[in-house]
This record gives sequence, structure tokens and C-alpha cells, in this order.
Amino acid sequence: MTDTALTEDTIRAAYLEELARIAPDIDPTSVGADDHLQDDLGLDSMDVLNFVTALHERLGVDVPEADYPEIATLARAVAYIACRAA
Amino acid sequence: MGVFTMPSLGADMEAGTLSEWLVKPGDSVRRGDVIAVVETQKGAIEIEVFEDGTVADLTAEVGQELPVGAPLATILAPGKAAPEAPPAPGPSPRLSPGPAPRPAPRPAPRPAPEPESESEPESEPEPESESESEREPTPEPASEREPERGRPTPAPAAPTPAAPAQAPSPATTGAASPAARVRARDLGVDLSSVKGTGPGGAILLSDVEAASSGKPKGPIPASSPADEMRRAIAAAMTRSKRTIPHFYMTQTLDLQPVTDWLAATNADRPPARRLLLGALLVRATALAAASVKVLNGHYTDDGFAPSDAVNVGVAIALRGGGLVAPALIDADDMTLDEVMDGMRDLVARARAGRLRSREMTAGTITLSSLGDTGAEAMAGVIFPPQVALVGLGAPQTRPWVVDGAVLPRQVITLILSADHRAADGRQAAAFIDAFRSALAPPETP
Repeated sequence: MTDTALTEDTIRAAYLEELARIAPDIDPTSVGADDHLQDDLGLDSMDVLNFVTALHERLGVDVPEADYPEIATLARAVAYIACRAA
Repeated sequence: MGVFTMPSLGADMEAGTLSEWLVKPGDSVRRGDVIAVVETQKGAIEIEVFEDGTVADLTAEVGQELPVGAPLATILAPGKAAPEAPPAPGPSPRLSPGPAPRPAPRPAPRPAPEPESESEPESEPEPESESESEREPTPEPASEREPERGRPTPAPAAPTPAAPAQAPSPATTGAASPAARVRARDLGVDLSSVKGTGPGGAILLSDVEAASSGKPKGPIPASSPADEMRRAIAAAMTRSKRTIPHFYMTQTLDLQPVTDWLAATNADRPPARRLLLGALLVRATALAAASVKVLNGHYTDDGFAPSDAVNVGVAIALRGGGLVAPALIDADDMTLDEVMDGMRDLVARARAGRLRSREMTAGTITLSSLGDTGAEAMAGVIFPPQVALVGLGAPQTRPWVVDGAVLPRQVITLILSADHRAADGRQAAAFIDAFRSALAPPETP
């Protein structure tokens, strides 16, 4: 889907923006690299599904259900998505 | 009909603030159309109209806070002419002590203090669920008065522990909202000592609370939406525990076949089409409710009224605190994918504060699920006037006997909370059995 691999900055920006869209009370600048979507940021299963859907639409990367743990923190997601999109 | 009034959108709603009109005089409306947006303790709610007709007049103005039952608009049935005069003056709607001030028959000089809701003509069942909840505050006074009426008490509605001396006498206490009376009783506040800030000096819930906490009397200083939400939940749950004799039945179910099916199904689907376990739980609840009707419906002054429609209230936690339980209408007629789409929509609108009035009142049973992770079981509080709540814990991996062997399996624990006025253990057990059957993985993905 992508001709060029996504840069880490692009992924980071997409991650934080989509997160803020799903949970408007979260300040993207305050999200730590290791904050966990569910345990620290309080997303529920519907939020996570919407988040994965948004990342799919925006970045063209389809995160299978079994890999949800790979995007549970910003740091892991950047590495995982960059790898998937490459 | 004629006058469209501020609906009650929850067990303790006293008033709402009109925030938007979506129609204007002359517009045709059809049953189910959203005609206004009202700000309530539970966020902004889109108000639907329940009959076809034409908007003749918008009585209420945007920005007005209006008690439940206050006229909002005049809507003429098709082919009807406008009434000679609006039944009630707009600016200062009275807060009647009883049920909604019905503008129906020519109003007596003062609205009789008699909180008589029984004269209310029953119409079709669906909108009736609206007015049931409009009448909601009534059960308390009604049950207190029951003995006076000397009629055989049909299923004694909640012998309230500390009933006030008699049916509240307006002469001594002045007008007070039903919620305010209940709260005053709970807090031990003497209503005659409370200064009302409602229309015509009526005592509101906030006045009682202010009086009790020793704060200066008057409206509570603008409280946050989260506080308002908390208050609404407190009132509804207190009412539930006061009036509903709960009993509980529990069963732990092997979830492994379902989670396996779900994982296999979702593996072939893009994220936008994936299913959540929650959708299967809603569907199982809907099918069980459809088969055990005695747990699906509303309990009112007149006893239990089962509902043919199955509208599953889905408890949705809101970020920022609190929860709402909007109903997925006719959930038993939906496919799994339709249930999933409906839940996505409900959650999105619950978070955005755009639920509809019917969704707030039409629920016939509620599902409350703890989600993916966390505690294994929850015994929930029934959402009045419903008679059952399905509480589901988070799935757990446990040793489980399958075909004579102990295996690690995903299991889920269901606790059914049921109203003993409406049902007995046998029916609760039948419900759980139906739930278990309905939760089995669908034959075709």
C-alpha cells in the first residue's frame, strides 16, 4: 500500500492524533512512549478496535487481532508499524 | 396529541435545558424524528417525537431550563387545527409536586396536588415506556398512599422504610419535587425548613442537598458534568435498591469455543469489520430476553408489563467517569454484524453526547460487562423500571473440565440480577440457560 516506508515521525504523529480523536481527554503531548493503551490510558476494547481501524485507514497497515499487544504502547507501535509497512 | 413536553430521560431527571431546536413551526414531523436537543445530567440527548404531525408552535426557547413535563412545542396531528390557546404559559412553568404537569384537560386554577398518574390514558406501548418513566417519581408517593386506598395491594411496591408521616401535604411543606422528597427523607432534612428555588418556590433536589450540607441555600454552584452524572447515577441506583427486591443467579460459562470462533472470524476481516466479544454478549442477552419474557419489560405502578420488543441497554463507561446505558432497539432481530454496528454507533454517540431520547428510556433489560480484563464477576443493580440486569465479568483463564479432562479454558461468569416482583428462580435459571445456548458460536461466520 505504501511505496515508501513510513517514517517514525509519521507513525508517531498518526498514533497520537488518532489516539486523541478516540479519547479527546488525552493530551497527546503527555503520552509517554511506554504508556499502555488500556492499562495507562484507559481505552476499552471498542476504543482499541476503533484505534486499529483508524490506523488501518490512515497508514494502510492492518494490525491483526493477535498483534494488538504490539501497538499497545507508542514505542512498540512505531517499531511494529514501521516494520509492517516496510 | 397537541403538546409535546419535556420527557423524562432517566430515573431521576427533574429538568433539562433546551439547547437546540431542529424543527420550526410549519414543519412536518414523523414519529421518531429528532426535533430538539436537550442538555441533561447524562449529557446532550436528542429528543424524538412520538407521533406524526405538524409543528404548530415552539413553546420553549433555547437556553431555558424546563422541568420534566413542561410544554416544549405544540404538534398537531395530521389534519387537526391549532388549539385555541396554549395550555400552559411558557415563561414560568410550574414544577408540579406530582407527575409531569399534564396540560391535558383544561387546567384547574392550580394543578391539584394529587399526584394521580392513573388517570393517564394508556396509549400504545412504545411511547408509554416514555411516560412510564415520566411518571417515575410517582411510585414513592403512590406506595405510601396504597393503604389509604384500601384496595388490595397488588405486589406491595416497596414498603419504604422511613415513610414520611403521610402523603406529603402541600399546605405544610409547599411544593417539592418527588426526587427532593425522597432525598430529604434520606438525608433527614425537614422540607418545611428548606427554601425552594424552583418555579413557584418549589423545592428541588439541589435545594435539599444544599440544606443538608449546610451550604447556603440556593442552586448548587455550577457543578461539573461529571458531578451531575454522578448524581443521576446515585439517584437511579438508590431508587433501584429501595424499590426492587433483587435476587441473583450465577453461572460460569466455557467461553473458549466463542473466543476461538471470534479469533478465526476476525483474522479474515479488516479492522472495520471485526467483531468484539461484547457483540456476542449483547446478542445472547437479547435472545435470552426474547425467550424468557418475564425478565424483559418494565415494572410500574400497575405491575410488570412484559415487552415484545427486546431493547438491550448497554452499559457504557464514559471516559471522565460515569456511565450511560442506552438501548439497542430490537436487538433480538439483529444479526451479529448488525449488533456490532449498533454498538459501535451507540458507544460513539454516548461518548460524543448524542444519544436519543428513546434510547434512554426504551431499554427492556440491561447488559453490563466488565470488558476484556479485570474482575471475574459483578452483581449489578437493576436499572428501573427494568426487571433484570445481566452482569458479566472479564473472561478468565481457568482450569475447566472438558470431556473428563482438566484443561485451561477461557471462562466467563454471568450474574443475573432479577426483580423478584417479576420473576422467580426458575425463570432466572431458564434465562441463564437460554443465554448459554445463544452464546454458542454462530454456525456460519
